[in-house]
Amino acid sequence: MAEKIGRVPVREQDPKVRAHNFEEVCYGYDEQEALLEASRCLNCRNPRCVQQCPVGISIPEFIAQVRGGDFTAAAGVIARDSSLPAVCGRVCPQETQCEGSCILGVKGEPVAIGKLERFVADWSRAHGGVKVEKAPANGRKVAVVGSGPSGLACASDLARMGYDVTIFEVLHKAGGVLQYGIPEFRLPKEAVVEPEIDAVKALGVKIETNVVVGRTLTVDELLDREGFSAVFVGSGAGLPRFMGIPGENLCGVFSANEYLTRSNLMRAFDPESDTPIFIGKRIAVVGGGNVAMDAARTALRLGSEVTIVYRRTEKELPARAEEVHHALEEGIVFRMLTNPVEVLGDEKGWVRGLRCIRMELGEPDASGRRSPVPVEGSEFEIPVDGVIMALGTSPNPLIASTTNGLETERHGCLVASEDGATTRPGVFAGGDAVTGAATVILAMGAGRRAAKAIDEYLKG
Amino acid sequence: MLTPSICLMDVVAPRIAAAALPGQFLIVRARPQGERIPLTICDFDRSKGIVTIVTQEVGASSRMICSLEEGESFTDVVGPLGRPSAFVEKPDSELSGRRFLFVAGGLGTAPVYPQAKYLHERGAHVDIVLGAKTSSLVILRGQMSEVCDNLYICTDDGSEGFAGLVTGKVQELLAAGEHYDQAVAIGPMIMMKFVTLTLKDTGIPLDVSLNTLMVDGTGMCGCCRVTVGGRVRFACVEGPEFNAYEVDFDEALRRGAMYRTQEQEADHKFKIGRDS
Ligand SMILES: Cc1cc2nc3c(=O)[nH]c(=O)nc-3n(C[C@H](O)[C@H](O)[C@H](O)COP(=O)(O)OP(=O)(O)OC[C@H]3O[C@@H](n4cnc5c(N)ncnc54)[C@H](O)[C@@H]3O)c2cc1C
Ligand SMILES: Cc1cc2nc3c(=O)[nH]c(=O)nc-3n(C[C@H](O)[C@H](O)[C@H](O)COP(=O)(O)OP(=O)(O)OC[C@H]3O[C@@H](n4cnc5c(N)ncnc54)[C@H](O)[C@@H]3O)c2cc1C
Ligand code: SF4
Ligand code: SF4
Ligand code: FES
Repeated sequence: MAEKIGRVPVREQDPKVRAHNFEEVCYGYDEQEALLEASRCLNCRNPRCVQQCPVGISIPEFIAQVRGGDFTAAAGVIARDSSLPAVCGRVCPQETQCEGSCILGVKGEPVAIGKLERFVADWSRAHGGVKVEKAPANGRKVAVVGSGPSGLACASDLARMGYDVTIFEVLHKAGGVLQYGIPEFRLPKEAVVEPEIDAVKALGVKIETNVVVGRTLTVDELLDREGFSAVFVGSGAGLPRFMGIPGENLCGVFSANEYLTRSNLMRAFDPESDTPIFIGKRIAVVGGGNVAMDAARTALRLGSEVTIVYRRTEKELPARAEEVHHALEEGIVFRMLTNPVEVLGDEKGWVRGLRCIRMELGEPDASGRRSPVPVEGSEFEIPVDGVIMALGTSPNPLIASTTNGLETERHGCLVASEDGATTRPGVFAGGDAVTGAATVILAMGAGRRAAKAIDEYLKG
Repeated sequence: MLTPSICLMDVVAPRIAAAALPGQFLIVRARPQGERIPLTICDFDRSKGIVTIVTQEVGASSRMICSLEEGESFTDVVGPLGRPSAFVEKPDSELSGRRFLFVAGGLGTAPVYPQAKYLHERGAHVDIVLGAKTSSLVILRGQMSEVCDNLYICTDDGSEGFAGLVTGKVQELLAAGEHYDQAVAIGPMIMMKFVTLTLKDTGIPLDVSLNTLMVDGTGMCGCCRVTVGGRVRFACVEGPEFNAYEVDFDEALRRGAMYRTQEQEADHKFKIGRDS
């Protein structure tokens, strides 16, 4: 009986070794392992997994193809709904999405859908990729702002429909968070991210880096002067939040975005790179999401002792389960129910410690989450020489403030309908710029829905 | 080269030239492994599609920039970044006849140039106090004198013009009864701090251009944060120019030196290719 086999374990780098390098942690399945794992899927008639995948990938169908050994066909099935499977297989929070509702998970372990998806995508890339059909050019130009998952997905769909698409990206490399935020050891740039971007370019999409939309060119100019018929804004949520506590501007306090950008985009971990990065003896990372895990594990790899400070409990950590597990294995210390109240400095203005207060979980709030409340008189100090703030991000106001008729709501998120239409005709938006910081798969899905809406708008 | 350690370059960047305004800056990378280096736009020619930058060699990256030969290109150039100077938003009629005082220290001369030029063309009265260590380090003397009413050169060693610091010259002008509607100081952080202290009690509004450390220059990293009026601001998107009287200079000075300490630690593992 197939379901009697346990979930096929995935091979990973030894935690002691990987704590000192930037190579990918997880090796992924080989063909044998993939075939075996695929054999566990029950091919459910009413698959619960599919309902929980934000883009509704036909999971049993692709897994059946893997089981049959036809990996090309499996890749074709996934490509109908996702344009970034090698990425999503690696970074989706599977435990709360597809795998979280797999029927096998009720009594035992769910099918490793993410690992299978990654296997298919990696195999397909190594064997020439998925052939995509492309409609003949229709001569109309669409501009995409931002080259993150939402922008890439929107651009590739539009290119397939025959549009002449140009992506404008402010940084010197395309990819958005995939490039500057998520570290190499979780998402290799040369092996995974760059081929995905090359595939988008291969469809005829032009990517212009080093263009700040809102300054070099405005959205209005793209529409009125540069001849674009529509614009998709996928500019993400890059603006870092700080806590507003004393000492936050001391030397040695960084936003996770700064730390990760220095290490990922600027490759400060590589001695060949000119960009410096701070390597503390002991670093505290404040927060509990993927960003906090990534910053902590980057600092660890650069040679620091790292403590994660989080105000709720382990159960509430918003990060992917796998990342928390990996971080613990690598020796990162977690201090739960702890909240910083002040960063302490020395006489030269550098960090010497973090003053924290213990928290306890109070009554559940409106959202059902029990909110943490400080325990009076429980303050204590952690000696550290660096602090990384990973408290979340919000959309950058630049585009909204320089475009006529583009409305925003709380936290600066762009107002957009389900299919991405903003308050300005001809301007569509999606991804983190609309939702606030979310996930790769949601951003990709939003980009694809907007591509469809742009097509309808331009045909209408 | 304007001096042995300061070089001027014209960069072909039509879109940037078309959008640039006084007070804004660029970020350049001189080579594929290079840092992102912010540099002020010192002049722009929209018809030729050219922006001019002036770079002083202070470390590896700026040395790399200055070592580029005519005809070579940067790996990346992005801009214009930051907000234009506040007076750009004012109608020309309001600028005409207004009295401006610019205080430029060392390399700060270059960013002062487009501002003085903009105001001078609109009929404002412009006085410039320009400071340098010694006469041979005074840059853009000719161009500067064309865009102002009075150019006062100061040298620390007295080899040209007023002998002493720019603050001394400013005090002398004020004592002689000169009055100004607006002042702007651009130069090393420490010089801007002292100009601010000098003008504090005069009631003259003063703006300074904060050359903080930066990475992306787009509001994404917070590396450039400064405290202005008790609030944390990102110099790359909310600045670089701020009301001087509200700036926490001591914090800005400390933050500006953040990587200096580290670069000097000999055993620092990620000394990242500094050739010193
Ligand atoms: C460190 C980190 C770890 C994460 N880990 C995970 C994870 O494990 N799993 C997961 O699903 N999600 C994760 N996320 C979230 C996920 O990466 C984002 O939700 C997703 O990338 C959003 O995609 P996007 O296309 O909306 O925006 P982004 O990826 O942010 O891309 C926006 C792009 O637009 C560019 N841009 C912005 N303004 C302008 C402008 N004015 N002109 C031109 N270009 C502009 C930006 O430079 C950027 O390249 C993580 C995020 C971070 C920061
Ligand atoms: C908005 C803005 C506009 C600028 N305009 C110009 C300009 O027009 N021309 C120009 O030559 N420079 C300008 N600068 C400063 C320039 O960016 C720095 O000199 C450069 O980044 C130094 O890099 P480096 O690798 O050569 O030196 P590093 O090796 O990084 O540093 C050498 C020394 O300079 C210090 N330093 C580094 N960055 C800065 C900085 N931003 N300000 C002051 N000291 C610093 C370091 O602490 C160190 O002691 C500007 C900076 C900003 C933020
Ligand atoms: S895209 Fe994400 S949620 Fe959907 S099947 Fe793949 S891993 Fe699961
Ligand atoms: S719910 Fe689980 S077993 Fe059923 S089809 Fe989906 S992956 Fe297969
Ligand atoms: S330089 Fe990164 S936010 Fe200003």
